Amino acid sequence: MSGMEIYATLIAILESGLRLCVPLVFACLAGLWSERSGVVDIGLEGKMLVAAFASAAAAGATNSALIGLGAGIIASIGFALIHGFAAISQRGIQIVSGVAINMLAAGLTALVGNAWYNQGGRTTPLEGNARFQPLVWPGAEAIDQTPIIGPIYAHLISGHSALAYCALAATILSGFVLRRTRFGLRIRAVGENPAAVDTAGVSVTRLRYSAVIIAGVLCGFAGSYLALGQAAGFLTNMTAGKGFIALAALIFAKWRAWPALWACFVFGLLDAVAIRLQGVMVPGIGQIPVQAIQALPYLMTVILLAGFIGKAIPPKASGLPYVKER
Amino acid sequence: MSTPIELPKWADVSLVPILAVIVAFLVAGLVVLGIGENPVKATVLLIQGALGSGEGIGYTLYYATNFIFTGLAVAIAFHAGLFNIGGEGQATMGGLGAALICLNLDFLPWYIVLPLAILGAMAMGALWAFIPGYLQVKRGSHVVITAIMFNFLAATLVVYLLVNVIGKPGSMSPETRVFAASAHLPYMHEALAYFGIKIPKSPLNFSFVLALLASAFVWITVWHTKLGYAIRTVGHSPTAATYAGISIGRITLITMAMSGALAGMLAVNEILGVQGRLLLEFSSGYGFIGIAVALMGRAHPVGIILASILFGMLYQGGTELSFEMPRVTRDMIVAISGLVILFAGALDGLIRRPVAGVFARFLKSGA
Repeated sequence: MSGMEIYATLIAILESGLRLCVPLVFACLAGLWSERSGVVDIGLEGKMLVAAFASAAAAGATNSALIGLGAGIIASIGFALIHGFAAISQRGIQIVSGVAINMLAAGLTALVGNAWYNQGGRTTPLEGNARFQPLVWPGAEAIDQTPIIGPIYAHLISGHSALAYCALAATILSGFVLRRTRFGLRIRAVGENPAAVDTAGVSVTRLRYSAVIIAGVLCGFAGSYLALGQAAGFLTNMTAGKGFIALAALIFAKWRAWPALWACFVFGLLDAVAIRLQGVMVPGIGQIPVQAIQALPYLMTVILLAGFIGKAIPPKASGLPYVKER
Repeated sequence: MSTPIELPKWADVSLVPILAVIVAFLVAGLVVLGIGENPVKATVLLIQGALGSGEGIGYTLYYATNFIFTGLAVAIAFHAGLFNIGGEGQATMGGLGAALICLNLDFLPWYIVLPLAILGAMAMGALWAFIPGYLQVKRGSHVVITAIMFNFLAATLVVYLLVNVIGKPGSMSPETRVFAASAHLPYMHEALAYFGIKIPKSPLNFSFVLALLASAFVWITVWHTKLGYAIRTVGHSPTAATYAGISIGRITLITMAMSGALAGMLAVNEILGVQGRLLLEFSSGYGFIGIAVALMGRAHPVGIILASILFGMLYQGGTELSFEMPRVTRDMIVAISGLVILFAGALDGLIRRPVAGVFARFLKSGA
């Protein structure tokens, strides 16, 4: 392979890594908000799935990707509120509620999808305005042939769907709000020491509900991106564990926004490499098993959590319902 | 609201879970109504499919076998205050353990291969639960998150092995060769025919007996041994356990290993009992439904057997139902499981509180 070809391959892998990391970033930020406020959320997967279904159904019916996105967000908030109600108001076990949400989402989307569209659970294929098309930045096509910087501009900076840029914006916004604003400080405080926040006269319940709703909105974006950006419609179980990869990325990021972006990008890149290496003979090594690369995010999370490389410590009060003293 | 909700014990173990299931079914009925089918007719078809024929009952009990194993796995962990979400992965590894024995030793007679294969399934399942437990005890990582990751690790590992190492050469689908007949657990219709009893053919096999034995084992262990006492003490109050000289770490490890071994036994039913070979995704969500079963059965073996039979009916009846009403697919059961987990688990208080209110009023007027 010539240098140019290697460079082109590199750009192609980075480009597909970027695309694959978008839903992870949204879901990971959703987990960040929820867990920072003290509500453990293993239901990211389920919320993404209902959002993907609702967005595909609405976009198909109205031929508008934006309405699809709105429907996805509303569906995801609905499921987030179930989790919030169980975790915050009812003080149920948050892991149990998360499992319930994942199963409910998997069952309902497949069932309703099959009943409505009669295509084994998939929705009708979407095209045109019903999808988020790639945004081509000015001059991208003209500059593409310029060596080195051309492909970077044309494929890495330009050419993604509007939602991909939203993921970047969501990271900036989440990082800023959580770190620099009063609301963000309170959210973080309620995840570490809810009693102190309560003593200060701020409602723990309201803060946690707002965090859970924000998580719902972000999962709505994640699911809509899957159905309207990456694919052209809904497929049964199309999240395929992405919600859990996002959870792993959250641990890697040690519950912080910018590291979350990087962790998701690395995991997206791994996915892109795995797809690229399928059936490819690598000189000197032979065929690299794709499964080994796919297993890496999970394996690295286990190793990191066990404290063999660095230490990931979750928010102190996460998973614990708050009981107000009388 | 902050005080625990007091209920008579019989209401706690029977009334509350039954009400939770009824609420779950009412919601599911609304969903059926929403997709334009008649929920009453669907229920009748479902029950007919599950119990209307000898074959149907056989299938129902065959599915129930899976749920007894995974339900017991989740339940025994509950007693130690642990949440074993890794049943899927442990069952998958159990399949691998059973398959490795069978692939290498199925030239031996059945009385050697089968016990070894069952032990292999239990050992691999136990290992896959022991490691998350060990990492929690020794390294402080939360057992739930590690177990979730281990589910995915088991799935990728088995895909890799089936595609590259132990898969049948020349086969397009990732699966092993079919084991020799000596490595096959007898079907119930075969076993009973030996004694002159004729029952209709179904995949129900000897694993069902093993599941009942496992239930008895869990009942004896948890309520009638020193170990079970220690497990329940750790589950109720880790502080009290520490003061009583019980090692929480040791109990965590033992409980997780037992839980994993039970989940691994799912493979005994599916791989040794029915498939006769290792294939992908044979655990198909049974591990997660075990959570619903354990919550509904209030973590007691008798409750788990009853809940498993109910879910077995849903599976078998649901399959029959999807032939009669193609719009109501088997995904319905996944949704119902989710609802049961929600109402019998996370939203438990929603049902318990009004029931407790009724009891309080009743007792007051009675006195």
